[in-house]
Amino acid sequence: MNKFIRRNLPGYTFLFPWLIGFFALALGPILASLYLSFTRYDILTPPQWAGLENYEYMFTWDDRFWQSMKVTFTFVFLSVPAKLIFALGIAMALDKGIRGIGLYRAVYYLPSILGASIAVAILWRQVFEANGVINSILAIFGIAGPHWMGNPDYSLYTIVTLAVWQFGAPMLIFLAGLRAIPNDLYEAAEIDAASKTRKFFAITLPLLGPVIFFNLVLQTIDAFKIFTNAFVISGGNGAPADSLLFFTIYLYEEAFKYFRMGYASALAWVLLIVIALFTAIAFFSSRYWVYYENERD
Amino acid sequence: MTQATVSYEQGEDAREVAAGIRARRRKREARSRLLKHVFLLIFAFIMIYPLLWMLASSLKPDDEIFGRLSLWPSEFHWSNYSEGWNALRVSFSRFYLNSAFVTVVSVIGNLLSCSFAAYAFARLEFTGRRFWFALMMMTLMIPYHVVLIPQYVLFDQLNMVNTYWPLILPKFLASDAFFTFLMIQFFRQLPRELDEAAMIDGCSPFKIYWAIILPLSLPAMATAAIFSFIWVWEDFLAPLIYLNDIQNYTVPLALRLFIDQESQSAYGQMFAMSVLSIVPVIVFFIIFQKLIIRGIAMSGLK
Repeated sequence: MNKFIRRNLPGYTFLFPWLIGFFALALGPILASLYLSFTRYDILTPPQWAGLENYEYMFTWDDRFWQSMKVTFTFVFLSVPAKLIFALGIAMALDKGIRGIGLYRAVYYLPSILGASIAVAILWRQVFEANGVINSILAIFGIAGPHWMGNPDYSLYTIVTLAVWQFGAPMLIFLAGLRAIPNDLYEAAEIDAASKTRKFFAITLPLLGPVIFFNLVLQTIDAFKIFTNAFVISGGNGAPADSLLFFTIYLYEEAFKYFRMGYASALAWVLLIVIALFTAIAFFSSRYWVYYENERD
Repeated sequence: MTQATVSYEQGEDAREVAAGIRARRRKREARSRLLKHVFLLIFAFIMIYPLLWMLASSLKPDDEIFGRLSLWPSEFHWSNYSEGWNALRVSFSRFYLNSAFVTVVSVIGNLLSCSFAAYAFARLEFTGRRFWFALMMMTLMIPYHVVLIPQYVLFDQLNMVNTYWPLILPKFLASDAFFTFLMIQFFRQLPRELDEAAMIDGCSPFKIYWAIILPLSLPAMATAAIFSFIWVWEDFLAPLIYLNDIQNYTVPLALRLFIDQESQSAYGQMFAMSVLSIVPVIVFFIIFQKLIIRGIAMSGLK
């Protein structure tokens, strides 16, 4: 017993802050929100057990829930592929030691690092104003741009372009992936007079497969979590006409505007399950892309 | 003899042809390289155009901002900056102090607590290590919205709402698994022989952490510090929920007040304050670019 403690003491001492955080800020809250999702709770009075009421209402009656699902999934399916195509395209253009790669990389990555800031959300709102930059550019080509922010048919595109603008992070991961492809493969293909398209489909794409998959899963999870940009651009309530009512915004409204904490917790659990599905995929695929140089486990 | 000449001439021809092909190919490659640069430059300009537009708008009079593409202001309205600084009920000096306080304390908290956890996971043997590691990796994916409500209830019961505790305290509990993961990745690459030699010399695990692992991990610590600075500086959701009193507002919360006051159409001032708010991030990015980019490649995240 004494030996057992002595063996484990250092490890658990160093782990201690994380352990507190894990129980108090992660595991505890997740379980608590599972419990709260079966209650009616307004924070001022103790929670009242309500059984499956919240979930029943959500799936059968709540049009705004379905609207928020539609907005979120549309956003994910529009923004993630576009973002990855830009990321891969630019990464390939930058590969193979092009001159000035450092500068290009920095410029293309800059939007990603600013992307979460309120300043950029404010900027985007104005860029898409009826007489903003986008419509001024369209006007040059004789196109009368719509009132992007006021029209529910177009408003989602403002958020999609903002997401695609931030393709820098997957681009950097693609660049690292491209570096790992051995050059002799391309040289061998060149001797066989393979075309560029052929080289892309026969060498680049298959060897980059795990990296593409990893980026896809990660960006998808990230896209589901979108909040700040959309919150600021939509004026905090998913306007116009709920066309920007992302799942996270709906959850925020229910919890902190109407103080329906029980219902909001049920929404949180739905979000958790959706993301958990994608996380599971990421986790089981991790052995294809994570590589430690001196693995000892 | 004639035969020899012919074959010699043929050889010459072949060489000339080959040289010609090579020269043509070099030319073609040079042209395609040039095209690539032109394309990349134009695309780079499109990418940063919105940011340039914001900078330009921050210096323009309000009626010049919309409906024009020109980036150059007819006259430079530096007053947008001085007036914007004091446009809200509370001066931006206050918001910057608040943000600076929260950010600095958070960065310190992240570095300490995450390097602790990372050291345990990467270098120490203990029962249940793989189990806890798996759980730690899972928290990486948990959306903040899922733990938001119970955390709010918890901090509310501790009477911490409208203080900085809910923003700072989690940082001292290694709650951001991204940094722990980043540091684990780095610690694992350090040679184990160092620990073993130190252990034989009678060093305690803490001594090894403090005197060997940390000094050798400065790049990883710097990367974590930079990311943590940028994320905390830009953080919006947590301050939005926990800070009610405008005196306590951080810069992002204050910026949002400008949108609510849009009817007054002080666009120039709004852009001026927006530009100022991202200046620290851009400065950090320019100085520490290499570390940031390597950090992403190493951890594969964000």
